[in-house]
Amino acid sequence: MTPALAVTGLTVSFATDRGVFRAVDGLSFSVAPGETLAIVGESGCGKSVSSLAIMGLLEGNARVGGDLRLAGQDLLAMTPEARRKLRGADMAMIFQEPMTSLNPAFCAGNQIAEVLALHRGLSRHAAYEEAIRALDQVRIPDARRRAAQYPHQLSGGMRQRVMIAMALACRPKLLIADEPTTALDVTVQAQILELLDELKRETGTAIVLITHDLGVVADHAEQVVVMYAGRAVETAPGEAIFTHPEHPYTIGLLGAAPRLDGPRGRLASIEGTVPDPMHRPPGCGFAPRCPFAVAECTVTDPALTMLAPGHAAACLLAPLEAA
Amino acid sequence: MNADSPRRRALRRFFQHRLAVLGLVVVVVFILAAVLAPWVAPYDPIQTSWTRLRKPPSAAFLFGTDENGRDVFSRVLWGARASLMAGVVSVLAAMLMGVPLGLLAGLAGKWTDALISRIADAMLSVPFLILAIALAAFLGPALENAMLAIAISAAPVFVRLARGMALEARSADWFEAARALGNPPWRTALLHVLPNIVPPLLVQGTLAIAEAIIAEASLSFLGLGQQPPQPSWGSMLNSAQRFLTQAPWMAIYPGVAIFVVVLAFNVFGDGLRDALDPRSQRR
Repeated sequence: MTPALAVTGLTVSFATDRGVFRAVDGLSFSVAPGETLAIVGESGCGKSVSSLAIMGLLEGNARVGGDLRLAGQDLLAMTPEARRKLRGADMAMIFQEPMTSLNPAFCAGNQIAEVLALHRGLSRHAAYEEAIRALDQVRIPDARRRAAQYPHQLSGGMRQRVMIAMALACRPKLLIADEPTTALDVTVQAQILELLDELKRETGTAIVLITHDLGVVADHAEQVVVMYAGRAVETAPGEAIFTHPEHPYTIGLLGAAPRLDGPRGRLASIEGTVPDPMHRPPGCGFAPRCPFAVAECTVTDPALTMLAPGHAAACLLAPLEAA
Repeated sequence: MNADSPRRRALRRFFQHRLAVLGLVVVVVFILAAVLAPWVAPYDPIQTSWTRLRKPPSAAFLFGTDENGRDVFSRVLWGARASLMAGVVSVLAAMLMGVPLGLLAGLAGKWTDALISRIADAMLSVPFLILAIALAAFLGPALENAMLAIAISAAPVFVRLARGMALEARSADWFEAARALGNPPWRTALLHVLPNIVPPLLVQGTLAIAEAIIAEASLSFLGLGQQPPQPSWGSMLNSAQRFLTQAPWMAIYPGVAIFVVVLAFNVFGDGLRDALDPRSQRR
């Protein structure tokens, strides 16, 4: 089956005054329809830049290389106009900040109707009725009344539901959710993720879930890509990342996540910070922070190597023997 | 939770602002006077009469008569047409020119922005009235040309305002969301950005009308606007200056009309600003 999204060797670089800055370096993954792939990593590792590159929303000084295919269509070979037409129709995105991602000048219903008018050419009335159905689909109670309300009258969770309704209004093949729950209350977070799961099953949309929360990954993703300093350091099935993490960075992330059954006390952290992308150390990018690093690590840059079906890690020491 | 639209809330706030409502009432009275002038004016504003030159105000001639025996009250009523039309039409034209250019500059950026902004800056560096006088003199004396001159002179303010608001919008999350939904640039500008910048444009527009009315009166005073014998407040003041000591009413009434209508537009505009900007808290 053609994957909903296939990314091969994606690179994103920015030309700056200090030189060329590589934000994403050879990222590859693919997502099947109806599947969720999570991209995990700390701030500045290139998660959001990758998603903007896939959407074609980077502008100006950004250069995107590699191969991007949406249901087999080559995205990078398209004209900007053709890609624009795909946005909102075949691929959509929801953002981190539901409080500010809705246009304050439109009521919720008109905002969704506007997307339908744009991509499906529906009349005003038909689009509005469809918008109410879309609000209903994202489990907003009393959708008709809510549709007439303005963003400032809706709560954060409600607004994120409106954003999701807007993104899914045209039944896209791919939905990129860039930290969709970071700005929400914990209880609302769970509801939104649950909703995304249900909608994925109903519509067959593939979801790329960008997050720094491993807890989210455990319950909602079939596949995980762990990114560090612009590269994928480990890709694994959702379960395996918890049961057999292979990359020391992943192990560090897991150590930094609080567990109910673990010992109480100070949470572990990963010492140091992400290396300056302008001055990448030779060898493994994680070596300076890695508790397992050996001399070889500062010389040889490890490639992503397959360790088990669907599970790969970029570490010289992998597979780790019970670290 | 109140289920008001932002528009309804703004209206409610506006009507709580007594002075602004008074301003609106005065503006409406002047508009009615201008529209109804042919029916409410007691005399013909152009017909001269040698038998009633410079008569002081009386029951027959409320505001007196001028040097050609015309009723000043009727001329003030008819003059409201020239003044209000010049104010409203020239500001609308200025917005029509300035707002799209400002949006384009703010959203397109780069050299488009540089070019449009520098032209606007250059125009703003010349005093508004001087620019309007120069343009009106260049175009030739007529009310239409005066309006065009005022519109061109007032446009850079709207370019600046629209550009600034567009820049602000460009960094908003909803702007990025609109792009992510596949809106083409023109649609993002007109459908998503424009509705968000209407309130400040409305406020600026109202205040600009007051300025445009003064500019029209000044141009007419200088003979560059409404041409005689058609009445306009500015040209009435011009002919009145020769008779300031003998017939002060010829100057007082058109002068008061300008003063009151400009003040009314300013107060109205201030009230509008308070009502439309939820952050500005009165009292």
